Amino acid sequence: MPGKLKAKIVAGRHLPVMDRASDLTDAFVEVKFGNTTFKTDVYPKSLNPQWNSEWFKFEVDDEDLQDEPLQITVLDHDTYSANDAIGKVYIDIDPLLCSEAATVISGWLPIYDTIHGIRGEINVLVKVDLFNDLNRFRQSSCGVKFFCTTSIPRCYRAIMVHGFVEELVVNEDPEYQWIDRIRTPRASNEARQRLIFLMSGELQRKIGLKVLEMGGNAVVGYLQCFDLEGESGLVVRAIGTACTLEKISSTLPATATHPSNSSPSKDMKEPGFGEEAPGVPLSSGPPTPLRAQTFSSFSPSKSYSRQSSSSDTELSLTPKTGMGSGGSAGKEGGPLKALLRQQTQSALEQRGVSSSSEAFVRTGEYPFFTLAAFPPGFLLHVGGVVSARSVKLLDRIHNPALGNTRSYKLLDWNSFTADEPETRDAWWEEIRQEIKSHAKALGCHAVVGYSESTSICEEVCILSASGTAAILSSRFMQDGPLDTEHRLSRQPLCVFSTGSERVEGDMGSSASLGFEEVVSPGCGFCHIPYDELNIPFPAQLTYCYCCRRYKVPDVLFTTIDLPTEANVTGKGCLIQARLCRTKKKAQGEGNATVISNLLPFLEYELHTQLMNKLKLRGMNALFGLRIQISVGETMLLGLASATGVYLTALPSPGGIQIAGKTPSDITYEQHISNMQKKINDTIAKNKELYEINPPEVVEEIIGSPIPEPRQRSRLFRSQSESSDEVSELDLSHGKKDAFVLEIDDTDAVEDIHALLTDSPTPAGFYSCNTEIMPGIQNWTSAIQMFTSVRVFRLNANLTNQGLNKIFSDLCENLLKSLYFKLRSMVPCCLCHLNFTVAIPEDELIQVAVTAVAMSFDKEQLLENGKQSGEKTLIKAITENDEQLQFNLELNAETSAPNPLSSPKGLSEVGSHLSARASSVDYSSFADRCSSWIEQLKLKAHTIRRGSVKTTSSMEKASPLPEGRSRSLRSNRSYSGSSVAVVKMTPLSFIPGAKIIKYLGIINMFFIRETTSLREEGGVSGFLHTFIAEVFAMVRAHVAALGGNAVVSYSMKECVFMENPNKNQAQCLINVSGDAVMFVRESELESTSVQTQSATTHTSNGAEGT
Amino acid sequence: MSVELDVFVGNTTIMDKEVYQLWLNGYTVNDAVKVRIEGGVMEECEASAEVLLSDTMDQYRTFQMCERLLHHPAKLANQLLFQIPPDRQAMLIERYYAFDDSFVREVLGKKLSKGTKKDLDDVSTKTGITLKSCRRQFDNFKRVFKVVEELKGPLVENIRQHFLLPDQLARDYAAIVFFANNRFETGKKKLHYLTFQDFAFCAGQLINNWTLGAVDNIMEDMDVDLDKEFLQELKDLKILITDKDLLDQHKSLVCTALRGKTNVFNEMEANFKNLSRGLVNIAAKLINAKDVRDFFIDLVEKFIEPCRSDKWTSIDVNLYLTHYTNSVHILDTFKHHAVWTRYMGVIKSCILRMYHD
Repeated sequence: MPGKLKAKIVAGRHLPVMDRASDLTDAFVEVKFGNTTFKTDVYPKSLNPQWNSEWFKFEVDDEDLQDEPLQITVLDHDTYSANDAIGKVYIDIDPLLCSEAATVISGWLPIYDTIHGIRGEINVLVKVDLFNDLNRFRQSSCGVKFFCTTSIPRCYRAIMVHGFVEELVVNEDPEYQWIDRIRTPRASNEARQRLIFLMSGELQRKIGLKVLEMGGNAVVGYLQCFDLEGESGLVVRAIGTACTLEKISSTLPATATHPSNSSPSKDMKEPGFGEEAPGVPLSSGPPTPLRAQTFSSFSPSKSYSRQSSSSDTELSLTPKTGMGSGGSAGKEGGPLKALLRQQTQSALEQRGVSSSSEAFVRTGEYPFFTLAAFPPGFLLHVGGVVSARSVKLLDRIHNPALGNTRSYKLLDWNSFTADEPETRDAWWEEIRQEIKSHAKALGCHAVVGYSESTSICEEVCILSASGTAAILSSRFMQDGPLDTEHRLSRQPLCVFSTGSERVEGDMGSSASLGFEEVVSPGCGFCHIPYDELNIPFPAQLTYCYCCRRYKVPDVLFTTIDLPTEANVTGKGCLIQARLCRTKKKAQGEGNATVISNLLPFLEYELHTQLMNKLKLRGMNALFGLRIQISVGETMLLGLASATGVYLTALPSPGGIQIAGKTPSDITYEQHISNMQKKINDTIAKNKELYEINPPEVVEEIIGSPIPEPRQRSRLFRSQSESSDEVSELDLSHGKKDAFVLEIDDTDAVEDIHALLTDSPTPAGFYSCNTEIMPGIQNWTSAIQMFTSVRVFRLNANLTNQGLNKIFSDLCENLLKSLYFKLRSMVPCCLCHLNFTVAIPEDELIQVAVTAVAMSFDKEQLLENGKQSGEKTLIKAITENDEQLQFNLELNAETSAPNPLSSPKGLSEVGSHLSARASSVDYSSFADRCSSWIEQLKLKAHTIRRGSVKTTSSMEKASPLPEGRSRSLRSNRSYSGSSVAVVKMTPLSFIPGAKIIKYLGIINMFFIRETTSLREEGGVSGFLHTFIAEVFAMVRAHVAALGGNAVVSYSMKECVFMENPNKNQAQCLINVSGDAVMFVRESELESTSVQTQSATTHTSNGAEGT
Repeated sequence: MSVELDVFVGNTTIMDKEVYQLWLNGYTVNDAVKVRIEGGVMEECEASAEVLLSDTMDQYRTFQMCERLLHHPAKLANQLLFQIPPDRQAMLIERYYAFDDSFVREVLGKKLSKGTKKDLDDVSTKTGITLKSCRRQFDNFKRVFKVVEELKGPLVENIRQHFLLPDQLARDYAAIVFFANNRFETGKKKLHYLTFQDFAFCAGQLINNWTLGAVDNIMEDMDVDLDKEFLQELKDLKILITDKDLLDQHKSLVCTALRGKTNVFNEMEANFKNLSRGLVNIAAKLINAKDVRDFFIDLVEKFIEPCRSDKWTSIDVNLYLTHYTNSVHILDTFKHHAVWTRYMGVIKSCILRMYHD
């Protein structure tokens, strides 16, 4: 008996009226775990029953604890007839099984019924007593932590990244069992919900076992999906990255006593923020992008700041005045450094002993990583996107005799794999192999940002996998801790500002792959990993525009987030390619053939569209690329979303030239030149909009801006006869000039029109589908996560062109609606815009978007304004501030050519550095002062209003500015409100806050059905309510775990079916995320203003550099 | 080609104040879109009519889903379905319970019954307020009335606590409940010149001074009904007009005090007995429920109108009533000083409030 589960039912509230006669309810509760059931007493005649039950105790195996949910059913007692069910609550016990996560589940949870939705709430208490089980052959994997976050979670550091883990579980779908014909829809829905709960529990346990086998203790980037294969069953599959994580133990004391720690350390935790403290609204250091650009090849300046600030915090007694320049730091920090280095070395040694040298053997068969963001220095080079798809025919899973797998790639329909029991496993195996070989072809040994997905229509299933081929630093794999917060280990790399190359070089030489010299991280990842003479595809290579030493491609596509250290010019934006293709209705194999024949063209066109739109925006790289292909009866939908940026290291993209095929006609030529002009104008406008003004020097060096040959498709497709066809396609295109669009038919004209009609984002808005937007740092705490769903009915008999336009308009209009809805948050950025398309029925297109809108401070916009010459003077402090920053910019400009012209200009840059450091000191000091005042105010608030979890946090969390001017009256009237605010975000962090605890994974699956669609407000009313209910349940469960936010939230499934004629509809939603507890940075800091003031000068000076 | 389904759900429920007001005002979605287009929100945000329609529909849906919570505002704070910041909740409640003065004038003092509700379409045509909005306002009155009717303790406080309304609105509702409960007549032509705020002020005076809750602070008392004992005692005031000596004495005291202080002294002197009779008779009759209903009309007929026809200014009225009230205390034979003060305090402030064009 390795575990004892205890549950107590406290009370209910807002219960529905179950007895019409008395307008009351006689409620009681059944608590079920496994096969054991307990009941509470009946609490008669009340809508707010107080059961206050005893502790119900379940003695169970920990295996069951992992698999089973605790099931709580609320019923209405009826003396004469059967008891009526009011609703159920499923509680995932998993977070309680891990010592570092939640310890108790306690709070009000919504009682949910699949027909009626939420029907009141129930207050429960759940605890688990776990006994240690040292059995080597155990089946459970209690204690393995799961994270949806696709980066190393904030309050952990990775000691080891073990690699890819995957598992899938199959079962019959209860909806398709014979019994479904005789049971009620409610029973059937509940059977399904329960089954999926069980299956995901089992899946998680099995993956946990694999992780334990590998020696890890956590799964990061855990991605679990359902395939509703209908008749052939239900597949639950998951992938993730096994890691050994270590909790940064000193988190709390450190932040409490050394608040200044929190901001510099953040730049590690929050990739992309540069060195700015992202959440402190008042922080207005020098603009990071500019800085990054200027000192692009000068990595030590960045690392340096970390060093000095961290030493401040760790040994705050040491005087740090001379930290401004590299040399003096070297002297003064001498003894300290030695100490730190010693510690680190010993740490490294220890790990060296414990871990073997087989870095990639550890990663198992597939060197895949579901992570999309990495600690600095981990990602050495990026090759490009690799993807593979295959079309399969579904069959009953449990009947191996019929389980024929068919890949459209082989087109061999007679190949039976009758002797293969685990078909689905084999399918994925196949695809992963292909991905692996593609990565190899790109000269890469790893795939990062890896994900898998499916699209099912009837019996045809498209399996897709994609990722980014990359070369990773082997030192991180072997013994270097992937540290996100821990600074000790970083120290040796950063101690000598000039020596950092040397140290890194040491590390590099130990890497097996021969990238002996490590260059500045700002451009290193762009350098080609493959052999220049043996390029797997035709590509135009140039010398890196940052370091001028290595070759870079002209365009880079990736599925990962923009690396923190990347040098980016200007801002980024969301780029989408949308495509719709009609197909003939067909059955079975014929259908599969049709689809597999269409796929390559679809992908090719998507790619062309992406490329054109990228050029049109004057950008040269895509991050977070996600291509979704959805299959329906009569059409295929393709949607590619990515965030375009201008990487400073890559060459500036040429324009787009259009050429007509039928010359001699003057009007025609005029038309073309008009169009050309329009395109050029758009490019110019976009460059201005996204602030893309790469240094002029670049042009001189290149010499002639020849229209470069078109970038070869970086997308490795696995379509039919893969290699042959791909190369063929590419060759045919390669003969022409890359950026030339030929208008040879109406299609092309339409394409160009489509290109130009993509409306720009309204003023004040930015959008991206990655975690953060390059060029925006000072986020405020106002965030708004949302889900929007649209279903569009098409007319029959549309041409491809018409369909394309409709689909494109649908997406555009949806975006426009979002901008309008969120207009009160301007200036803001829609981050992590995640589009999912589906074809729920013939002639229906469903688009679902989940994203978060985050406001940022106008301060930054002012800076932008300044750049264009307008200078606005505001208050004394800001004025002072700005002038200083203005100086800095001038400073930066003058020094701009330095890194480019002389790679050895370190000393020169060093002197600039010191100048900057001193000047920044004042500005940020002024900053600090004002932020103290703010903090003190906040603190006063907190004290007055009591605990963080109740009203006070609620008010603070209010994203609406009106919240401030609240009168005494409303304070009084709301002091009783007990609902804690829970923030939700698809990102891995919360701006302006520090995550102090991960409480466990949230993975919930709900079904909602109605037989009174009209009465519930039609399809929109029905779905609106359901999504709101899902949010409410997620929030309630997080709050019950003691959390106040969900990060890395995603809605992975939203299957909506309707039958308006029967007045019926059904919807399935699957959501996941990480429950966390966060603390506002301002609160953290205000606790120790004293300590802060002591170190302000030095730490700020360092921060500014 | 049509949008079959279109929803937007935010973790924090997004509510546009402007659209909320349009919804409360009973506009249809299409009308609301028209109003919004005219308001220029489109140009501001580079939006199209389609976007506006989608947004309006979405907001309307959200409000409809919230409406049942707004019926029990306390629930809004501890429900889980919508995450609404407290200041937004307060706004939602306040606006939902806000009413049009022109509407409330029509139903003030009427029984909040189904019959009255049926006549709302007439009210709607008369006031130009949409029927939907009239119904909402009427239902709000009725809901507040029902909840508060049976509750003990101070009326305004009860309303504020149960419906989380701001102070002024709670007072207005107290007035509405008080009028509905006592069925004060407010619809007569002579009373048309009075605004709701005039009545609300008077209701406040009555609640604070003439109900049981006004004298002793025992929580069992209810503010909705007038203090029966007091009404009974009011009959004793009749002596002021029935006793000839007392009446003359009273008159001479008042006239002495007023002489030379006003331009309408002659009229005051001439009318004294009439006016005094009027006021004392109102007091004596208040024990009958029917006469309570006519309280305001009596005040207008017996006092305000005569004064107005003699062109008294409100300063004159104030002066007159002050001395009229105070002089009684000098009368030797008059014993009911407490009742007189309690009565005249309210009468004086009510008349002063009502004394305008």
